[in-house]
Amino acid sequence: MRDIVQLVIRRLLLGLLTVLAVSLVIFGAVSMLPGDAAQEILGQAATPESLAALRLQLGLDQPAWLRYLHWLGGMVQGDFGTSIANGQQVSSLIGERLANTLFLAGLAAIIAVPVALVLGILAALYRNTLFDRAISALTLTAISFPEFFVAYILILFLSVNLGIFPSISNISPGTEFWERVYRSLLPAAALSLAVIAHIMRMTRAALVNLLGLPYIEMARLKGATPRRAVVVHALPNAVAPIVTVVALNLAYLITGVVIVETVFVYPGIGKLLVDSVSKRDLPVVQAVCLVTSLAYILLNLLADVVAIISDPRLMHPR
Amino acid sequence: MGDTRDDKPLLEIRGLKVEGRTGEEWRPIIKGVDLTLRRGEVLGLIGESGAGKSTLGLAAMGFRRDGCRFAGGTVHFDGIELTHASHQVRRGLRSSRIAYVAQSAAASFNPAYRLMTQHTEFPVLRGVMSRAEAEADAVELYRRMQLPNPEEIGFRYPHQVSGGQLQRAMTAMAMGCRPELIIFDEPTTALDVTTQLEVLSAIRDAVQSFGTAAIYVTHDLAVVAQMADRIMVLLKGETVEEAPTRDMLAAPREDYTKSLWAVRSFRAPEKTGAGAPLVEVRQVSAAYGTTPVLRNITVPFREGRTTAVVGESGSGKSTLARAIMGLLPPVSGHVRLSGKELPRRYQDRSREELRQTQVIYQMADTALNPRQKIGEIIGRPIEFYLGADRRTRDAKVRGLLEDIELDPAEYIDRYPSELSGGQKQRIGIARALAAEPRFIICDEVTSALDQLVAEGILKLLTRLQAERNLTYMFITHDIATVRAIADDVVVMRNGEVVAAGTKEQVLSPPFHPYTELLLDSVPEMDPDWLTRRRPPATGPAG
Repeated sequence: MRDIVQLVIRRLLLGLLTVLAVSLVIFGAVSMLPGDAAQEILGQAATPESLAALRLQLGLDQPAWLRYLHWLGGMVQGDFGTSIANGQQVSSLIGERLANTLFLAGLAAIIAVPVALVLGILAALYRNTLFDRAISALTLTAISFPEFFVAYILILFLSVNLGIFPSISNISPGTEFWERVYRSLLPAAALSLAVIAHIMRMTRAALVNLLGLPYIEMARLKGATPRRAVVVHALPNAVAPIVTVVALNLAYLITGVVIVETVFVYPGIGKLLVDSVSKRDLPVVQAVCLVTSLAYILLNLLADVVAIISDPRLMHPR
Repeated sequence: MGDTRDDKPLLEIRGLKVEGRTGEEWRPIIKGVDLTLRRGEVLGLIGESGAGKSTLGLAAMGFRRDGCRFAGGTVHFDGIELTHASHQVRRGLRSSRIAYVAQSAAASFNPAYRLMTQHTEFPVLRGVMSRAEAEADAVELYRRMQLPNPEEIGFRYPHQVSGGQLQRAMTAMAMGCRPELIIFDEPTTALDVTTQLEVLSAIRDAVQSFGTAAIYVTHDLAVVAQMADRIMVLLKGETVEEAPTRDMLAAPREDYTKSLWAVRSFRAPEKTGAGAPLVEVRQVSAAYGTTPVLRNITVPFREGRTTAVVGESGSGKSTLARAIMGLLPPVSGHVRLSGKELPRRYQDRSREELRQTQVIYQMADTALNPRQKIGEIIGRPIEFYLGADRRTRDAKVRGLLEDIELDPAEYIDRYPSELSGGQKQRIGIARALAAEPRFIICDEVTSALDQLVAEGILKLLTRLQAERNLTYMFITHDIATVRAIADDVVVMRNGEVVAAGTKEQVLSPPFHPYTELLLDSVPEMDPDWLTRRRPPATGPAG
């Protein structure tokens, strides 16, 4: 147990280093964009004098490394800066949007992960049968279409033709929970379709890999049914690869929502990112990028820890 | 043993045919075999790899591996026909009436569950006993199998238990529902000799005391002689000969059976005079991380002679080879080649120094690049070490193939997967020779091969040594191989040399106690050997 704690701490520190590196990349990339915040704010009204004055006020006259440290120092204290577009605190701006996105991602995960795991296990159990091939073909088809296309297809059939779901996910802080679920269901479905294929195929592959091993043959020779051999004997040994791919996909649900949120006008972090980029609202862009990379790193850490806990060779050393 | 308690046979196989699929074609694995087993009787199935003995053992359970099919004949277990029985009927018999003990217990226990969980799975599922009863019974069986800490060992995971102990735990698991028949599929093949001895006697005692009938599959005659009432010899899916154990040992009828008996008679000619040391290991200590694995080893390898390095797994034999090659730089001490000290790390050695020391590996399967043709595999060291141009290279490759008794025209363009195990090992030898070395490390080169094939390899190595004045370091755990090929012998245990000298000095009395233990643990072709021989009280646990 102490080893696990040590390992988690070590991974967390490594994660912190990764975040630092990512922040540097983000800051560098944003700095390289043509034009700066002062130009963006003043727009048509810019004169060389007013630009210089505003730059002084925003601290844009300072060298890049100092501005980076400033930004970093602010973030450590929870201060993400203020939005250029509307003067709001970036943290409060992101907070609400992030909650919405996490809600959407969570909903998609609750649909996608169990469905994908069950399909993966079934495909492994009935491998090389018609069922297996049909599932493979279906999921491959789903993953091959671009998400916005899937999203529009869903809108066309389920909201325009049948009118079951709203085509725009109109969500505000006051929206009641089930109403929220109802309005988020369509974007969640669009996200799920992309993710199910990945998780399902990986689950199947991880299980089929194990089925040729002597201990699975042993289970069959002890009289286990095919289902018992797969679910009881193979599945616990396939946890590590499955959890890894699940975590990667969950991270994708959070970071990859940009397109789906835009299509459904869902007020999440992806939509915020797109809006901010078009408005050159650089403090918001930087903060959103950092938050999403943080989600990525944390989820992968979680996957590593679960994979380790699932392996008795690591939990119970000789 | 062997007497009928019931006139009707427990297992009756008639004209059984099993086929396996390669590509689109079905080729026969078992070509019409008859087998009869009475209750409480132990039948030994013996043959080389590919003889179909495992397939036959599994067929006795009504089981066929994926890609195999029953192509004819019948298998009756206590009156129930198994080849056409439904899955439910076949599954229902397993564990409760027929059980299986696999070759590698380490691979056949599920790494995700404790031994106890795996042991009690089927006794509980089949409703033979409650979980608490099954656990109590498991402890009783562990005790009967002479496992250390029987109360506690079941709560360990497989990786926490040694190979020999796992093999006994697997036998205990097979006994869980007190089946009438157990199939033992080479249960001791992967074990060290001293461990094998313990497992053999534990299995035999348990089988005898429960009156369980058994099919004991093995390629080792001396082992089967200890275990079986009757022996059946298989060759290429057909029965060669079948007789009670004592009759067959005393008077084998068929030529093939006789050849199995005679295979250990090979002896390399004695060398005259002790050459000067070509490679000298001087006071070498080495460690993996902080764990010491070699302690102050000093060994001379005399020119033109074969020095066998003997010991059980974990004794440091292969590690010594790695230290000599510079793959594991020694912590202290050094290695000399022709009186000149070699750099500790292979990275620091000159190409000329590297060229003189070559290795032949145990698993030719994994040591040969499956994507390269034989000509490329052998040609590469010629290019690398000798810098030969294309024409000389090809001429040399052909010469080497002739040396290892493979027709160049036929084999030079083949891939390793198109070769048999023995042929692949010959390619491994040719690749080592290609560098024109003076010192060759042979790491368990015959351990994965059948006895007849292994003998061929030993003869080849002996001939090449005489022709090229080669010096061999021959790593093995098999005493019979040592007797066949060694001039000098080094016995290792726990990273130390416990005995060293010429073969006569080391392998004849007075022995070092550990050497004596090793020699005594090798089963002899005498059905009473195991009965006479008590398991060593001080032997290493598993």
